Amino acid sequence: MADLVSHPDEVKVVSKRFGKGATNLDRYLELDGYKAVQKALGMKPDDIVNEVKNSGLRGRGGAGFSTGMKWSFVPKQAAKPKYVLCNGDESEPGTCKDRLIFEHDPHAVIEGVVIAGIAVGSHTGYIYIRGEYRYLLEIMQKAIADAYARGFLGKNIFGSGYDFDVYWHGGAGAYEVGEESALMESLEGKRGIPRIRPPFPAVVGLWGGPTVINNAETLASVPHIMLGGAEWYANLGPPKNGGTRLFCLSGHLNRPGVYELPMGYNLKKMIYEVGGGIPNGRKLKAVVPGGSSTPVLTADEIDIGMDFDSVAKAGSMLGSGGVVVLDDTTCMVKFALRIMKFYQHESCGWCIPCREGTDWLKKTLTRFHAGGGVKKDIDNIQYLSESMLGRTFCPLGDAAAMPTISIVKKFRREFEDHLEGRPCPFEKQGAVEQLPVLA
Amino acid sequence: MRFSEQFEARFAEMITHYPTKRSVLVPTLLYMQDELGYLSDDAIHEVAQRLDLTDLEVRNVISYYSMLTTKPRGKYNVQVCTNIACMLRGGEELLEHCEKKLGVRHKGTTADGLFSLEEVECIGGCSWAPAVQVNYDFHENLTMEKLDKVLDAYRVRGTH
Repeated sequence: MADLVSHPDEVKVVSKRFGKGATNLDRYLELDGYKAVQKALGMKPDDIVNEVKNSGLRGRGGAGFSTGMKWSFVPKQAAKPKYVLCNGDESEPGTCKDRLIFEHDPHAVIEGVVIAGIAVGSHTGYIYIRGEYRYLLEIMQKAIADAYARGFLGKNIFGSGYDFDVYWHGGAGAYEVGEESALMESLEGKRGIPRIRPPFPAVVGLWGGPTVINNAETLASVPHIMLGGAEWYANLGPPKNGGTRLFCLSGHLNRPGVYELPMGYNLKKMIYEVGGGIPNGRKLKAVVPGGSSTPVLTADEIDIGMDFDSVAKAGSMLGSGGVVVLDDTTCMVKFALRIMKFYQHESCGWCIPCREGTDWLKKTLTRFHAGGGVKKDIDNIQYLSESMLGRTFCPLGDAAAMPTISIVKKFRREFEDHLEGRPCPFEKQGAVEQLPVLA
Repeated sequence: MRFSEQFEARFAEMITHYPTKRSVLVPTLLYMQDELGYLSDDAIHEVAQRLDLTDLEVRNVISYYSMLTTKPRGKYNVQVCTNIACMLRGGEELLEHCEKKLGVRHKGTTADGLFSLEEVECIGGCSWAPAVQVNYDFHENLTMEKLDKVLDAYRVRGTH
């Protein structure tokens, strides 16, 4: 069980039922549970799609694509069955929000899946939960069974004449499976290797049928939009960035935790007020605004609103909501190395730029951090990263390249401080792995 | 091969959830591993037979997923996260501490077969870092002292 935190600035929508025992179906019903799906059953599918479009809800997994728009791409008529797939393979470093949703409000996810299904004319949904989250899979299994027992799932749900089945599915450890096409491969019982697009999943997805794939937080937001209305939800955030977001605050903070704040909330305030500031009287050095794949921001760049468009304007991405805070004791070369080590480990090897690029970069950064770097390595790291951008089937290559490029650009000085065999200025003992110095 | 009744009941139900048989493969492999400790040649053959796949097709899938293993592990698999959020709060030091305490390194198993050690990527404990998972149980906001207590408790549980 993960500890809950709170702050007066929070606006609780998705986290409204956290800590209130809503895993219990009766309790969930008391807390307005399953009202939204009944409302949706009385609406025209297009009206549901429009409601979600107008709410300004954008994908909470990281890409930030309009959810309503995504749903509208699903063809009305299809030769094969249509599916809804909930992406609960949360694995982006810095991100731990879906975990709380599954732990405290699993029925909200189920409800979101069913509403998405009604909107696109599907009768089957899958909820994919990462393998490490076994206790959450068990919570979800029970929630689904309870919903079936009441007739909320299965044939003729709520006596509406509409059939809808929801199934759980567990992963077995793979970051890349969080990418939508790899997720489908994994659910079909294969290696999580990305598919080429087009065709997009909305047209050709699971087993060839049109498939809507949304993040767990996105789907858990849908019932609240159905009940509160698109206008209410849209007005919680700035234009085109509707609603709230679960921000996962981690790293060098006094009060790390998952906080639900309105979209557009000021990052500086988030760090110094919500997160309680930097411990031990240290100074802020950098912030990862949206999970490990997003470009880092320096201490001078944090007076921005945390919504998709404002963070993009600042040269980074809102991503998955994982805000990782780094104080001035952090070695940025080491940080870049740790990120690259992760992507090298997780690269599936399907696309050569990603497979070779992450491996070369990991080796170069390891040697560099060990004090064996040469000056031209700095440009090489940049060049190698840029060569990966946009040249892979899935965004894993981009995810490895983007933070690296930003770190080299913004903290070049720290790379220069590692040159000429000097040990890492931030570490007493030197490097993670000692590798031979290359000429 | 014989598996628990619970495994068989779950398998029989799961296979009705999908239009293709092989879709149950990934979760089934993990549940199988939970019962056997690892995916043995016999287990791989068994699952291949059940799902009309070749052994090689099953191995091909196993090698992709980091939680699946074809080698026996200790009773308690201690998975220390050293990814960014945990690294900033002492994840690497915890790993080093475990290496010393258990006398094994990454993917090693203690001589008594009680513990295995693994350095893992982000497990979703970022806001409660540093985090360690022992089998499926999360242990968070750790210090070396707290982790010692956690490991000692597993040792007691495992030797009784």
